[in-house]
Amino acid sequence: MAKLNVNGKVIEVEVEDDTPLLWVIREQIGLTGTKYACGIAQCGSCTVHIDGQAVRSCVYPVGGVTAGQKITTIEGLSQKGDHPVQQAWAELDTPQCGYCQPGMIMASAALLDKKPNPSDEDINTEITNICRCGTFQRVREGIHLAVEIKHKSTAKA
Amino acid sequence: MLKEKMRINRRQFVIGAASTGAGLSIGLAVPLGGQQAFADGRNESSSTPEVNAWVVIDPDDTVTIRIARSEMGQGTLTGLAQLVAEELECDWDKVQWEYPTPGENLRRGRVWQSFSTGGSRGVRGSHQYVREGGAMAREMLIEAAAKKWGVAAGDCAAADSKITHKPSGKMTTFGKVASAAAALVPPSEVTLKDPKDWKVVGKPKKRLDTLEKLTGKQVYGADITLPGMLSASIKASPVHGGKLESFDATKVSSMPGVKSVIRVGDDAVAVVAKTWWQANKALNALPIKWEKSENDTVSSASIDKFLQEGLSSENAFVGNESGDVKAGLKKASRTYTADYSYPYQNHATMEPMNATAVWSKERCEVWCPTQNGEAALAATISASELAPEQCDVHKVSLGGGFGRRGAADFVTQAVLIAKTIPGTPVKLLWTREEDMLHGMFHPVTKARMTAGFDDDGNLDALHVRISGQSILATLMPQALENNDGMDPVVFQAMAPKGDHAISYTVPNLLVDHAMRNTHITPGFWRGVNVNQNAIYMECFLDEVAHEAGQDALAFRQKAMTNHPLALAVLNKAASMAGWGKPAVEGRHLGLAVCKAFGSYVAACAEVSVDDGELTIHRIFAATDPGYAVNPQQIEAQVSGSFVYGLSALLYGECTVKDGQIEQQNFHEYPSLKMAKMPHVETSVMPSGGFWGGVGEPTIAVAAPAVLNAIFAATGKRIRHLPIKDQSLA
Repeated sequence: MAKLNVNGKVIEVEVEDDTPLLWVIREQIGLTGTKYACGIAQCGSCTVHIDGQAVRSCVYPVGGVTAGQKITTIEGLSQKGDHPVQQAWAELDTPQCGYCQPGMIMASAALLDKKPNPSDEDINTEITNICRCGTFQRVREGIHLAVEIKHKSTAKA
Repeated sequence: MLKEKMRINRRQFVIGAASTGAGLSIGLAVPLGGQQAFADGRNESSSTPEVNAWVVIDPDDTVTIRIARSEMGQGTLTGLAQLVAEELECDWDKVQWEYPTPGENLRRGRVWQSFSTGGSRGVRGSHQYVREGGAMAREMLIEAAAKKWGVAAGDCAAADSKITHKPSGKMTTFGKVASAAAALVPPSEVTLKDPKDWKVVGKPKKRLDTLEKLTGKQVYGADITLPGMLSASIKASPVHGGKLESFDATKVSSMPGVKSVIRVGDDAVAVVAKTWWQANKALNALPIKWEKSENDTVSSASIDKFLQEGLSSENAFVGNESGDVKAGLKKASRTYTADYSYPYQNHATMEPMNATAVWSKERCEVWCPTQNGEAALAATISASELAPEQCDVHKVSLGGGFGRRGAADFVTQAVLIAKTIPGTPVKLLWTREEDMLHGMFHPVTKARMTAGFDDDGNLDALHVRISGQSILATLMPQALENNDGMDPVVFQAMAPKGDHAISYTVPNLLVDHAMRNTHITPGFWRGVNVNQNAIYMECFLDEVAHEAGQDALAFRQKAMTNHPLALAVLNKAASMAGWGKPAVEGRHLGLAVCKAFGSYVAACAEVSVDDGELTIHRIFAATDPGYAVNPQQIEAQVSGSFVYGLSALLYGECTVKDGQIEQQNFHEYPSLKMAKMPHVETSVMPSGGFWGGVGEPTIAVAAPAVLNAIFAATGKRIRHLPIKDQSLA
């Protein structure tokens, strides 16, 4: 039994402690936006936030998460799909097949929280997700555009 | 901004599934309900019948365009919708889409024609009939409005989903006449628009399928969830073609969630459990014995030796011949030769292979990400042992395809598993490791390139001997029978004419193939045989130009006078990169050009090599696909093609030991990441008059352009992929 705070909701799940968080999110909680691709933390498709930090959930045992920690998945990143990263991605038509994109978006959103105006070098270091369609050029442009979008919305507010 | 585009999402449908003796009907709300409702002729969210097979228009003017080919990232879905919308004259902002099912296609006499999505064929293989579908629907809508008004259809015109009677100015909308239009007899022929009048085609329209990919709502095959569904994980013989001997189910049957442990076909075992994680955990704990096989001793070294022998074999299939290469080489004032090779590579789609099936004695239904819905249906029919009309396949979004999902091996497995639990849906999902071991690999080949120069240093003779695997020999042997045993596809980009014609004229030319097949299953890997053939040709010609003391661009230009479209893209890429002008300090350029999948592509790579460390700074790419249906998506494909092609160049190798593929996950089979991504500048230069593909061609020029730039930087020729274990210092 594990008690988890996922996207602001506290959920109790019946599961063995060694089950990776990824599979609890997908199979017990039913949020399938977080993807399985490698299972060994190589590709980042399973990236979620735990207390704002990007985490590769495919190797993160659910027993290691406490009820006090806030887990955010792609479904909970924004209310209306309008996080600056999502807006930038839509503007640039970034996804191709899209399978890696929830992880790519979650990694990019965490980067922007950590570094509000990342350099290309920061992006190279922090975005280590695999995308076989090869969307990196628009991912990079998207991260820079998300910074602009965020500034504009802050200026308006 | 985040507007819903996809129609198929939210409808209810019913699977009629019966377990032994008792009828069982499950009411399901799953994310592709629309397809099922539609396939059964129960279009529940709309009372409007289709105008024709391609177009449904709701009373609120929403236009649903049906797409038969699969979307796997390449943008075909949006491109095909643009083609229909252009002729339909509908408001692009009101367009959404849906997939018809392969079963419905079968029932309706293949009204949507081919579902096969490979060979960069999505648009170039169906542009004519989808545009005609749009045009016919438009004519029927106009006729319906004209009849309603009692006027001549010839006095009416359609634009932006509206029909106007020109003399009176009367106006109505598509939605208001769609039902009446649906009852009309379709026109026997239609005239398609002149490309110069296109308003939607040729424009950088946004994709129709982006928004759901940003919120996690997009449902891929791996995400399918059905009520009462069980999950399965599978292991097939790690030696291709090998068989399962035995397994000890008692060791895992009491593990949490486990329902059953079953033999699947003669080569695999699966665990079925409540959740996939439980199934996979039990599978990993399951003792399995594989039968010994004659291929247990095969290794990369033994395959290499086998192919090496083919380089000098007397027997070879001739794919392209002009002049007399033997005589040409004999009289040459000088000859030059070099051997190249290309390794096995896995497609490595981000989403591992999967399929979900529910089987009963009356019906079998499958949900799967597939590049070939009809092949998936054929596999379903065969494995279910039911009649075609008792089966159907629901296409689900693909997490990448790259050629791998044209096959249906995983569909067969899923149906075989579902058959053991009648009435219960079972989702089979492969692990990454299973996906790596059971790829359908990029074939291995080698090439011996031999050039003969005349007294002026011109290339007078060229012999390309390819030795290696044929994809068709394994996957489509009947295609060889029609060609006296030859596989014509191995000559891609070196063929005498057609979609994969050679880009050069050499007075004495011979391209031949010594077929050497192994037990490793080959497959169509994005770019197929162009990938290695473009390296062989483009890198070797770079060598030849250097040997002749000539500029690599000028040397090519001389041999390309009969190939003006290929020459145009080459010149464009070179000029974008500033070829011939002083380069940035320490940076070096390399060129490659090729015709593939009907399009002309070229690249100029800019690299530097410092202490053996390669940096690919920029790539300048030019593409002429004839007609460019969606330029911004072509740019995305070109840019993405470099990721795929450079991953192959830098890291892509699957080796064989004890008959098995050795690499099992991304730590052993890396893929290019952000930090290595060069900036790609793309020129889309459609010259018109033909329809070329865009998903694959550019991959072919990625590796040779960089390899030639590496030579310019270091003086080193890399003739075997990948670069990762080779010194550039």
